[in-house]
Amino acid sequence: MTTIVNHEELARSLPIEKIDVSQIDLYVRDTMHPYFKRLRDEAPVHYLKESAYGPFWSITRFNDCVAIDTNHKVFSSDASVGSFVLDDATLNPTTEHGLYMPNFLGMDPPRHDIHRKAVSPAVAPENLEKLEPLIRERSGRVLDDLPVGETFNWVDRVSIELTTLMLATLLDFPLEQRRRLTRWSDVVTASPGDGFIDSWEQRKNELLECKAVFKDMFAERAKLPPKADLISMLAHSPEMADITEDEFMGTLALLIVGGNDTTRNSMSGSAMAASKYPVEFEKVKSNLALIPNAVSEAIRWQTPIAHMRRTALSDIEFGGQQIRKGDKVVMWYISANRDERVIERPFEFIADRKNARHHMSFGFGIHRCVGNRLAEMQVRILWEEFFKRFSQIEVVGEVKRIPSNLIHGYINIPVQVRR
Amino acid sequence: MPKVTFITHDGKEFTVDAVAESSAMEAATHNFVPGIDGDCGGSVACGTCHVFVDNAWAGKAPQPAEGAEKEMLLLLDNYEPHSRLACQIKLTDDLDGLVLRMPRGQH
Repeated sequence: MTTIVNHEELARSLPIEKIDVSQIDLYVRDTMHPYFKRLRDEAPVHYLKESAYGPFWSITRFNDCVAIDTNHKVFSSDASVGSFVLDDATLNPTTEHGLYMPNFLGMDPPRHDIHRKAVSPAVAPENLEKLEPLIRERSGRVLDDLPVGETFNWVDRVSIELTTLMLATLLDFPLEQRRRLTRWSDVVTASPGDGFIDSWEQRKNELLECKAVFKDMFAERAKLPPKADLISMLAHSPEMADITEDEFMGTLALLIVGGNDTTRNSMSGSAMAASKYPVEFEKVKSNLALIPNAVSEAIRWQTPIAHMRRTALSDIEFGGQQIRKGDKVVMWYISANRDERVIERPFEFIADRKNARHHMSFGFGIHRCVGNRLAEMQVRILWEEFFKRFSQIEVVGEVKRIPSNLIHGYINIPVQVRR
Repeated sequence: MPKVTFITHDGKEFTVDAVAESSAMEAATHNFVPGIDGDCGGSVACGTCHVFVDNAWAGKAPQPAEGAEKEMLLLLDNYEPHSRLACQIKLTDDLDGLVLRMPRGQH
């Protein structure tokens, strides 16, 4: 017997202290929003005593998320005190399976600043202008290969393919082995039983293999003259001269996950929006100058990173609640981007939305997504090239979502495209 | 109403009338000056309204405040001694005629 749960009803009737927005099931079925709405309205700074991840605070309003994100002196993302994700099992080095992968997202200043600045120029506008023709050509080729009028998985054929190609380009990683990057990206945040790995042992082994591959590449490029790829940049960066093996790996892991899962799911989300909102799709098709705005809107609407987590370094009163030193504080970007207080008609995808760039998806403050301009460019080029070739896209079957409260996206989106 | 001029990295000039006491970021975005994004809306949280105070104004325009603005500026790839976040420049009458130069792109 199956019971159909009415989530709107349940979200209204549950005692507020019992609401647990971290449950993976909610994300698999895309039923988390009624719970977030209740929290935004009634308990915007909400404490959950017990969950699969232990107790944590949920921050669900837009402006509160900005306030936490910009107060890095109190709300730390440093790996030494916790992690920047809710689940301590994968990335918090003090836990049994948590791997020590130090990277600048998991660092506080001043170390954060040094590491971030070593990577940042690679994804700055000046460098992106140089990369644009190559991305355009590769995107065009991927789209040329799509089977017109037949059902295919957009995630695999387009989103994964394009982001992985891009990442391989940025790292100067052998193109023919590029799907290993996709795999490692999935494995970093995976835990047993989620469909990606079967055991912790397997995860560890695969990541060790990843480490070995990159260690060799690092050593090789350190000996060669500097080039524009990220590995060479790290190997030759004067600020990073004393980088440890662990730090190098951590930085790479961050770039692989950051440059992969996120842009991938923005591409997937934009396809979902294109199919679900035909009027908006037509608006863009008849006025291609709207694409950049529609891309920002798609990144908001999708919110590929559902949350980021911080750890309080001291007791602090926030939003009328007493947060204690050591508490986990979760900024639910996915809720902030649906906050009616800041965004009008937030559940709708509106291609020409005013102020579309004012969204939470990249985070704010010193940890704001360093690759945001690259991501926007990749998604923009995808749709510019799409409209040169096709006039229609339709989701034609049931979609399969990633079972995660961190990576908000898709495993399978069956679509058809038409010329 | 103080006037403020924005100059793009390739030399295009945009002179706009600003509402007194508004920020230079608002003056740019409300007048559709391209190249100033202001993604965070003025909470010193994104660094996408980065400008360089023109040399002629360097001594007269206020310096970035210690704290959030300085922290965000120091993380930018193209930070220079005259860098400011436009959202933190309050356009008072003293700054009438202010000239701000823009980077090649906001990051």
